[in-house]
Amino acid sequence: MLGKLTLSAIPYHEPIVMGAVGMMALGALAVVALLTYFSRWRWLWSEWLTSVDHKNIGIMYIILAALMLLRGFADAIMMRTQLALASGGGAGYLPPEHYDQIFTAHGVIMIFFMAMPFIIGLMNLVVPLQIGARDVAFPFLNNLSFWLTASGAILVNISLGVGEFARTGWLAYPPLSGLAYSPGVGVDYYIWSLQISGLGTLLAGVNMIVTILQMRAPGMTLFRMPIFTWTALCSNILIVAAFPVLTVALALLGLDRYVGTHFFTNDAGGNAMMYINLIWIWGHPEVYILVLPVFGVFSEIVSTFSTKRLFGYHAMVWATVCITILSFIVWLHHFFTMGSGANVNAFFGITTMIISVPTGVKVFNWLFTMYRGRVRMETPILWTIGFIVTFVIGGMTGVLLAVPGADFVLHNSLFLIAHFHNVIIGGVLWGCFAGFTYWFPKATGIKLDERLGRYAFWCWFVGFYLAFMPLYVLGFMGMTRRLNHSDNPLWQPYLYVAAIGALVILCGIVFQVLQVLVSIRDREKNRDLTGDPWGGRTLEWAMASPPPFYNFSETPRVTDIDAYWDMKAKGLKPRTEGFAPIHMPSNTPTGVVVGGFSIVLGFALVWHIWWMVGLGLAGMVLSAIIHSWFDHHGYEVPADVVARTEAENARRAAAGTAMQEA
Amino acid sequence: MSAHLFEAPGGIVAPQAEAHAAAAEHHDAGQMVSLGFWIYLMSDCILFAGIFATYAVLSHATAGGPTSHELFELPYVLAETMILLASSVTYGMGMLAAVAQKRGKALAWLALTGLLGLSFIVMELNEFHHMIAAGAGPDRSAFLSAFFTLVGTHGLHVSAGLLWLVVLMSQVAVKGLTETNLTRLSCLSMFWHFLDIIWIGVFTIVYLMGVV
Repeated sequence: MLGKLTLSAIPYHEPIVMGAVGMMALGALAVVALLTYFSRWRWLWSEWLTSVDHKNIGIMYIILAALMLLRGFADAIMMRTQLALASGGGAGYLPPEHYDQIFTAHGVIMIFFMAMPFIIGLMNLVVPLQIGARDVAFPFLNNLSFWLTASGAILVNISLGVGEFARTGWLAYPPLSGLAYSPGVGVDYYIWSLQISGLGTLLAGVNMIVTILQMRAPGMTLFRMPIFTWTALCSNILIVAAFPVLTVALALLGLDRYVGTHFFTNDAGGNAMMYINLIWIWGHPEVYILVLPVFGVFSEIVSTFSTKRLFGYHAMVWATVCITILSFIVWLHHFFTMGSGANVNAFFGITTMIISVPTGVKVFNWLFTMYRGRVRMETPILWTIGFIVTFVIGGMTGVLLAVPGADFVLHNSLFLIAHFHNVIIGGVLWGCFAGFTYWFPKATGIKLDERLGRYAFWCWFVGFYLAFMPLYVLGFMGMTRRLNHSDNPLWQPYLYVAAIGALVILCGIVFQVLQVLVSIRDREKNRDLTGDPWGGRTLEWAMASPPPFYNFSETPRVTDIDAYWDMKAKGLKPRTEGFAPIHMPSNTPTGVVVGGFSIVLGFALVWHIWWMVGLGLAGMVLSAIIHSWFDHHGYEVPADVVARTEAENARRAAAGTAMQEA
Repeated sequence: MSAHLFEAPGGIVAPQAEAHAAAAEHHDAGQMVSLGFWIYLMSDCILFAGIFATYAVLSHATAGGPTSHELFELPYVLAETMILLASSVTYGMGMLAAVAQKRGKALAWLALTGLLGLSFIVMELNEFHHMIAAGAGPDRSAFLSAFFTLVGTHGLHVSAGLLWLVVLMSQVAVKGLTETNLTRLSCLSMFWHFLDIIWIGVFTIVYLMGVV
């Protein structure tokens, strides 16, 4: 009846796990209580969960990412304290079978459920505004994509309290992840949560490509698109081209585990190396799926805060396109040591080094944009400068690892861990934070508190170097990754410093949470009335903050790269009369329903509850069919509603301008 | 009147012009759906590329079990192939009738397409059944794992296409050949022809190259 699921699946004898589950349950209860107390359930359902508005969906993605950042960081600080405590021959407080789940969950959550939703959230929020569109191409699909991603995240978190998570590392290499060596349900949770969220990501990619190709405002040729939109386009092309390979790799691993096939087993002709190839054919483009959009974020911020047009717009675009293509021919550098032969290794070593050339072009573009600009040192530019310094170091250690000879020494050591955290934290994560700070006023109408933002930045910056520079040294000293305990006294001081670094980063996260709370508390003081708080250059700043639900009251006409800067320079003012009615898509509960059924499906597959598998699958398919049966014509916003909204926003903007001048 | 932020170079855009633009936007919806579906198909193509590559790597890993020479019966697969290719032709006829707004004729052609697709699936299942009964199931060797997965993934796609076809036919029967339904029919048409192309790859790489 319930497959492999029994009461013993709940790890009630593990106080640390139960404590974490208890905390999450308490948090969920608090949210439920607050929603009930303020009777906000209907509001939550109709304004948010069922919303097809790209701005709301973007915000929901970012909330998901923020929650998962907390979860992933909790894993990180547990690992760092464990390694500090268990470095002198002690056992520490995390037994190996638990510790292995923690480092796997940390990697999976941080990449798939923190970084990806953050990036997709920013793209959702900003791209339609930057190109002068009403919404994305397929608003319902957008909502569905979000819910599939959220369902994957929920499934991963269910594994904390029911059963276990994979103990295999974040890419679940076979044969370790095969049935013979991982007989539990951990790997199954891994497979199904990633398959479900991967489907959501793929659909989001398709949606965003069509949006950018088809819905740009008149006059916005490809080479007048803002850089963030360009990088979003390339990133989404990578999603559509790379994610199917992840789907294949995980499906074949799933078949090995469920049907008894022999793709990656040790016997009957299986080939585990093929999994490593497949997963990295997806995995390396994934790195650029994450980092290209934040290159776009930094480009927008550098040019806005230097009050200058971006240096070398065309070079930036071509560098992005080059990286997009090159990202597909470097994957083998993740396993030079697997013995593909000297010539193959040399080819992939050289392509890897070549990719640093367009990246270097970008760095120089940012530097030359700041050069002789009037750089305003506010929080977004702090993150940007911190990124440039840190990312260059991470890039150089990457080029070092691209030398196959050096890689044979450093492979799987903490040097590698330091390298990829150096580029992912210093690049992707800080880029997300920079974009968060930069577009928070646009999304909410409130500017974030500047002082707490600085504190958060400096804690992250100092904490990062304290936490990861020792790991480079430890790598050279021979410490490998994924160790549960060690007794080499020479490593101990470095592990202490790294743990202190994690605590400093914790302070940064506390400051970030405080920053959001304080900014909302002081919202009257922090209000962005003009809609253009930073002196913006692209179209998202041409409207009120937060934007009206229909975005633009009329379709903008673009004549320049920095479209809004150009409009401001020409002294154009917003229209005050003669509005036309606007056609908008209606909200729909189908996304939530399909997402819910996908959790049922995933959970049932993990526990081999076959009737429930049928229920989940049938639920997903039938909901989609029922959705398709009804016509979704949307509704018309009357011209006078538009006129009233625009008049109110114009009044606020005038008040805001007056306040700025006073 | 002062200059407006989003003003067209030639003067203020009249609300009527905007309304026309909105109508044109609505008209483009079908085109956007087709483009989106095309991009999805390209991702599906990459999915198949991954499985084809897997098959190529494992096609000789028979682990002492039966080989492709012993297992495949070309005449049977040729019949399967012809049935699937014929279903593409009938779908094309159905599309022509649909675009000409001949509902009954379109439904008849689509029904024929469905029957051909169903025959293909039945023949494939029959082939699978015989192989498994003869001890050549997907758990016998890596080669057979890859064979069943590649051919089965294509079969799963055709089955999903059949379900979609049934749903669309009932929508056409109830609501007629509306613009929405025509867009959906053309998406399914792309899907159906795409699966034909994939099958030609399967026929060539798995069956023909497996026997020569």
